[in-house]
Amino acid sequence: MANVRMHVLVCGGTGCTSSRSLEIVDALRAEIKAQGLAEEVKVVIAGCFGFCEKGPIVKISPDNTFYVQVTPEDAKEIVAEHIVKGRKVSRLLYVDPKTTEHISDSKHMDFYKKQLRIALRNCGFLDPENIGEYIARDGYMALGKALFEMTPKEVVDEVKKSGLRGRGGGGFPTGLKWEIAASYKADQKYVICNADEGDPGAFMDRSVLEGDPHSIIEAMAICGYAIGASKGVVYIRAEYPLAVERLQKAIVAARETGLLGNNILGSDFSFDIDMYYGAGAFVCGEETALIRSLQSERGEPTSKPPFPAESGFWGKPSNVNNVETFANIPVIFLKGAEWFASIGTAKSKGTKVFALAGKVNNVGLVEVPMGTTLREVIFDIGGGIRNGKKFKAAQTGGPSGGCLTEKFLDTPIDYDNLIAAGSMMGSGGMIVLDEDDCMVNVAKFYLGFTVEESCGKCTPCRVGNKRMLEMLEKISEGKATEKDLGRLRELAGIIKDTSLCGLGQTAPNPVLSTLDNFYDEYLAHVRDKRCPAGKCKSLMQYVIDPAKCKGCTMCAKVCPAGAISGKVKEPHVINQDKCVKCGACFATCKFGAISKR
Amino acid sequence: MKGCAVMDKVKSLDDLRKMKAAMQNATELREKGQNIDKLIEVKVSMATCGIAAGARETMAAMMDEATKRGIKNIVFTQSGCMGYCHSEPTVTIVRPGEEPVTFGEVKGKRITEIFDSYILKGELVDGIIPLSSKSIHD
Ligand SMILES: Cc1cc2nc3c(=O)[nH]c(=O)nc-3n(C[C@H](O)[C@H](O)[C@H](O)COP(=O)(O)O)c2cc1C
Ligand code: SF4
Ligand code: SF4
Ligand code: SF4
Ligand code: FES
Ligand code: FES
Repeated sequence: MANVRMHVLVCGGTGCTSSRSLEIVDALRAEIKAQGLAEEVKVVIAGCFGFCEKGPIVKISPDNTFYVQVTPEDAKEIVAEHIVKGRKVSRLLYVDPKTTEHISDSKHMDFYKKQLRIALRNCGFLDPENIGEYIARDGYMALGKALFEMTPKEVVDEVKKSGLRGRGGGGFPTGLKWEIAASYKADQKYVICNADEGDPGAFMDRSVLEGDPHSIIEAMAICGYAIGASKGVVYIRAEYPLAVERLQKAIVAARETGLLGNNILGSDFSFDIDMYYGAGAFVCGEETALIRSLQSERGEPTSKPPFPAESGFWGKPSNVNNVETFANIPVIFLKGAEWFASIGTAKSKGTKVFALAGKVNNVGLVEVPMGTTLREVIFDIGGGIRNGKKFKAAQTGGPSGGCLTEKFLDTPIDYDNLIAAGSMMGSGGMIVLDEDDCMVNVAKFYLGFTVEESCGKCTPCRVGNKRMLEMLEKISEGKATEKDLGRLRELAGIIKDTSLCGLGQTAPNPVLSTLDNFYDEYLAHVRDKRCPAGKCKSLMQYVIDPAKCKGCTMCAKVCPAGAISGKVKEPHVINQDKCVKCGACFATCKFGAISKR
Repeated sequence: MKGCAVMDKVKSLDDLRKMKAAMQNATELREKGQNIDKLIEVKVSMATCGIAAGARETMAAMMDEATKRGIKNIVFTQSGCMGYCHSEPTVTIVRPGEEPVTFGEVKGKRITEIFDSYILKGELVDGIIPLSSKSIHD
């Protein structure tokens, strides 16, 4: 049979390849060959499906069967049952966490139902190493349209009309940025793609580069045409080896096909792209630091203005956009700015990709229209909180953001609403916290990250944030007072106002936001020396319930610190000042009289 | 489809369009999967007895027929045992938004008849008697 009747898509993203998905590909191909089906069934290595936690993913097309946690050993059964006999292998299907039903069609999975994939449209669909597949999906047609049917100004206007805003964190209108870069006259300009992706927990840029590298190349070329640049630069972190490799291959393929280089498609527009590798410092994602790093200088921010659009790479006008921002560009030209602007809210158009993580049932990359509520993301797509626990907060905006509490569950998510709620969009990290999470601990985690990543150039950030971190440590050790809470707030304000770059200016946000929303929890730490979530080790106490204590003296005998006293047959007590929290008494008491608090 | 390195250079927008046309079938099947609700889905039953009765040949013949007639809005999938051993090969056709209809003994001349009537027009013609409007396992 010469007709190909089935495509078996195997995820070749970072998550799935690290759990042997490429071995699945080999096993499937071998088995398909053994069954004499090589002519009718094709195995394709695709990009990330976004459901990495349940990987490796194998999706069968056109029937849309979605297999999760597949191993190379399962290949034989998939071929014998599904591919030969049309019977789905139900043990490999996704189990709905709410109904415990096996779901076969990915279209019926809650995780995908409310998603709208624009930036991720080709991830998990195309073979990223095959430029032909990208072209079959209208690839490079947007560039063709721009070059032959539009003037550079019309290209800029189209992006402006779409309402697209930067996905790298700031949310600056992309069309306006292009217009400014286009307005400067220079012998050389640059299009820079920011693929530093430093926010811990975010991996959407990596997935786009791994799963759909040509869309970034095409978008950068469109931008080059719009602003009058013939050179593109991708600044990518070296810790993304797969993304680096796929993008390299894609650039080579685009050059070989004539879609990068001189006189693209026979026009008089020429454009090519170079790659630069970053060492993965968070601050190098800040555009001025990024540019310095490109020039082999120390990755430290410089003050703005001048903005890169005026004086960027080698002092030339440079337009910096994030990977996800670029990923939206080709679609805007294929489907039109009106179409794009029809999605989302009044001031935030299109979709946003979030890296949903933490205490939700379904974690992964989710792309939703702007204006989707937190509740829909967490409870519908995310399948709710794990183990039936209670939702406490969602941290968005990474180390620059804040937490959103229950009262914001029904707020439509967009740039402005998140800021009004005391957080921010950031690059799209979303970590869901439940009742067992201690907010002081959360603030400490993010601040610890920024203290590590501060470049040290200015004092408020270098010293101030470290002081704040020390104060948080004091709080979680029960050594702080209420006064310290006021001092924390005061210091946060100073750091925000006086730091040079976004890293320092936003570093106190997680602290301020948790102080605002969970003041009681801070108070419990400083006043009652108690951690309500039971997370701060030094605040945990072992206590003896006098009603249950039989006075057997066993605990006093095992206590290495001599912290327990009491007469035989009378209730014992623990001296908290002496207790070293070893737990020996807790393990020893036969009467359940000792508990953790 | 790894042969992209040997692909010719595209020197004009027209070249790009030609390349797109040439590559169309590389991803067509997946596009169809994404839009399966809007297409005529032909499910060929491929249980043991179906295969023995020639289900694979039926599927191939039907795909060829669709290509020959230039029908684009059609997608072929397979199903497992339908419980109609005696009438294999069986084929269930789902026209968008309609109830599935199952046909038995689909081979040879019946294939063209089914295309002429049900696939093209949605009509059930004399002599082609649907087995049931629903499979027992669906
Ligand atoms: C500390 C810091 C880190 C940043 N990290 C990133 C990053 O990893 N990726 C990114 O695209 N933008 C990052 N930005 C934002 C960039 O400075 C810049 O605004 C962005 O790349 C512009 O692209 P956009 O308009 O498409 O969002 C960071 C900013 C700051 C202050
Ligand atoms: S705010 Fe922090 S990261 Fe930014 S320049 Fe100052 S010290 Fe460096
Ligand atoms: S071991 Fe339990 S019952 Fe015995 S003295 Fe200690 S607390 Fe009381
Ligand atoms: S936890 Fe350890 S140190 Fe503290 S009272 Fe119990 S046995 Fe003694
Ligand atoms: S890496 Fe496979 S689903 Fe993300
Ligand atoms: S085995 Fe023939 S119909 Fe089930």
